[in-house]
Amino acid sequence: MANIIEMPKLSDTMTVGTLAKWLKKEGDVVKAGDMLAEVETDKATMELECFFDGTILKIYAPGGSQVALGAPLCAIGKPGEAVPAPAPKAPTAPAAAPAAAAPASAPASAPAPSPAPAPAPQPPPAPVAPPVPAGRIKASPLARKLAAAKGLDLARITGSGPGGRIRRADVLAAAAAPAPAARQLGSVLSKGPIQEERAVAVSNMRGAIARRLLESKTQLPHFYVEIEIDAAPLTALREQLNAALEGDGVKLSVNDFILKASAEALRRVPQVNASWEGNQIRYFSAAHVSFAVAIEDGLITPVVRDAHLKSLFAISTEAKALGKRAKEKKLAPAEFTGGTFCVSNLGMMGIPRFSAIINPPNAAILAVGTVVRKPVVRGERIEIGQTLTVTLSCDHRVIDGAVGAQYLNALKTLLESPALLLL
Amino acid sequence: MPVITYREAVRHALAEELERDPNVVVMGEEVAQFNGAYKVTEGLLARFGPQRIVDTPISEAGFIGVGIGASMLGIRPVMELMFWSFYSVAFDQILNNAANVRYMSGGQIHCPIVIRGPANGGTNVGATHSHTPENVLANHPGVKVVVPSTPADAKGLLKSAIRDNDPVFFLENTMLYGEKGEVPAGEHVVPLGLADVKRPGTDLTIVTYGRSVLHSLAAAEVLEREHKVSAEVLDLRTIRPLDIDSVLRSVAKTHRVLIVEEQKPFASVGSQLAYMIQREAFDELDAPIHRLATVDAPAIYSPPVEIEQLPNPRRVLQAALETLA
Repeated sequence: MANIIEMPKLSDTMTVGTLAKWLKKEGDVVKAGDMLAEVETDKATMELECFFDGTILKIYAPGGSQVALGAPLCAIGKPGEAVPAPAPKAPTAPAAAPAAAAPASAPASAPAPSPAPAPAPQPPPAPVAPPVPAGRIKASPLARKLAAAKGLDLARITGSGPGGRIRRADVLAAAAAPAPAARQLGSVLSKGPIQEERAVAVSNMRGAIARRLLESKTQLPHFYVEIEIDAAPLTALREQLNAALEGDGVKLSVNDFILKASAEALRRVPQVNASWEGNQIRYFSAAHVSFAVAIEDGLITPVVRDAHLKSLFAISTEAKALGKRAKEKKLAPAEFTGGTFCVSNLGMMGIPRFSAIINPPNAAILAVGTVVRKPVVRGERIEIGQTLTVTLSCDHRVIDGAVGAQYLNALKTLLESPALLLL
Repeated sequence: MPVITYREAVRHALAEELERDPNVVVMGEEVAQFNGAYKVTEGLLARFGPQRIVDTPISEAGFIGVGIGASMLGIRPVMELMFWSFYSVAFDQILNNAANVRYMSGGQIHCPIVIRGPANGGTNVGATHSHTPENVLANHPGVKVVVPSTPADAKGLLKSAIRDNDPVFFLENTMLYGEKGEVPAGEHVVPLGLADVKRPGTDLTIVTYGRSVLHSLAAAEVLEREHKVSAEVLDLRTIRPLDIDSVLRSVAKTHRVLIVEEQKPFASVGSQLAYMIQREAFDELDAPIHRLATVDAPAIYSPPVEIEQLPNPRRVLQAALETLA
């Protein structure tokens, strides 16, 4: 019975290998320890060692072909022996065309860190785990629930169960491992690559983000106005409301107040609630306030419709629901289109101030920073105050500097007397 | 607490209920003069007389029918089947009449009958005498099905069964009749429909009943000693009503389930349990639910092969390790 040499798993992330070059040909006599071929993985080019003595009876995968893990490369046996037909798992993977681009850009010529040639034949390390079909991650229901609860990405967890299934223990281990950010900070001395070098196809969402924001930043004449708001009254009111409403499960965020105040300020300075339409400017009667939500691989801007008519509590409830559905990628198109004004808040990530790119066809976007404790001048004294800096990016075709300033002043008035937002 | 056999525990339950309620009678083949084919009813004829302890002809359809009719009129007959395997002779009486009469009479007629006897393999009595019909019985709404594993449960559950107003099918096991255990003297009643944790554990739930409880406990010892695995053994005790809440509680604790049953696997108690567990506790499962049942074939006559056909500690251990993979 001839021995079949299969494509081994040469790196953790390898699902397919390119048989770069055969070093032997059909009919060659080989012995254990000989190098049969060069295999190019997603990381490096390595030599494929022979583990059998015999004659190469058949080469299944021609040089240059892409071969899935575990697929047969060649058969080695006695001359004249019957050669097994290639297994149904086809050696070449023509469907993996995009992957073919990856090795081309990777430093494929890096010296292969292949293990020292073993003196004795070893079983090939290949068929430990069968290749997992891309896209489908095997995880127990409990592991899925746990990972979701802990905010862990199953794609980054290695499964130790049958067939690579991710189990509870794997999720718990991943949760116990230091977070990547912490690890980067903690192990200053670590060497090795920063991340796996790879080319990632542009998703539909990234494509849309790239197209629209490039268009906005290059075609809309942006200008920026910024104002510092005394956030102490807002913080106090928010704490008071949240403490009183805790029993009802209500938890108002700073962003809820911003959304509400943005809509109220649009009522006071309605010229901001507008769109450039080429030969005309459209002014909207309703404030449909959208807000940016970071999601996997991008962001999306769900819309709180008619925010000018809604209470703070209603806006809070709706924004929470929209944010949750956005993270789950379950928003209907009607829920993230039709906004007339946009809020982008990086305050929860500690950013004191930033400026945002206008999300067309809006004429402005409000960038919200975090509440900062810092010295402020009150009368003739310096006190510890809490301030919030907001930055309005405006489309100068629609909004002039004075209008932008009026808008921010209206917003400041409302947020510094936040009880007004409860009326 | 007195240590008595399973056989004596069943007898004590019968005697105490005969004593307590004059409407309780015992009927069946050889229950009176021969003192019972398995000596469960030994001494009852001498103590309670031929009106209460009644020998019947070898005609299950006939005497089970008599018992069902009597129960509709207020008698509480405890019918002995020499083997539960003979229930199919009285299938119509048991599962057409007894099971449905309360429903079909709009609740006017009750059928407080108990049918009891051994239902098990492992004694080299062949394919026609080794049936374990708890799944077939439990498939019928209107009935209760009990499979006790210990002497204490046998006594307490039989007393509940006799006092219950619905048909209760009580499946004993000839291999357990000689098993000894602590049993409270006198009034000891175990309610129907409550599972019992026979051994607490944290890593694996073995849901089981009947003699398989003993095998599971033996396997759990080995798991603890040799594999550092803490297995919980949950004894269902009653197949219907099924205490699914206790099962789900245990699954929520261990996240892995092995069902062990002395039962053919096709459409068994275990298949129903597996469905209910995945339906109600999907997000608690860290592995597929595993089942260990009797090997799917007629009861094998060769004694050494029959031992391997049925659940046994070695097979339970192996199945548990597969569940833990």
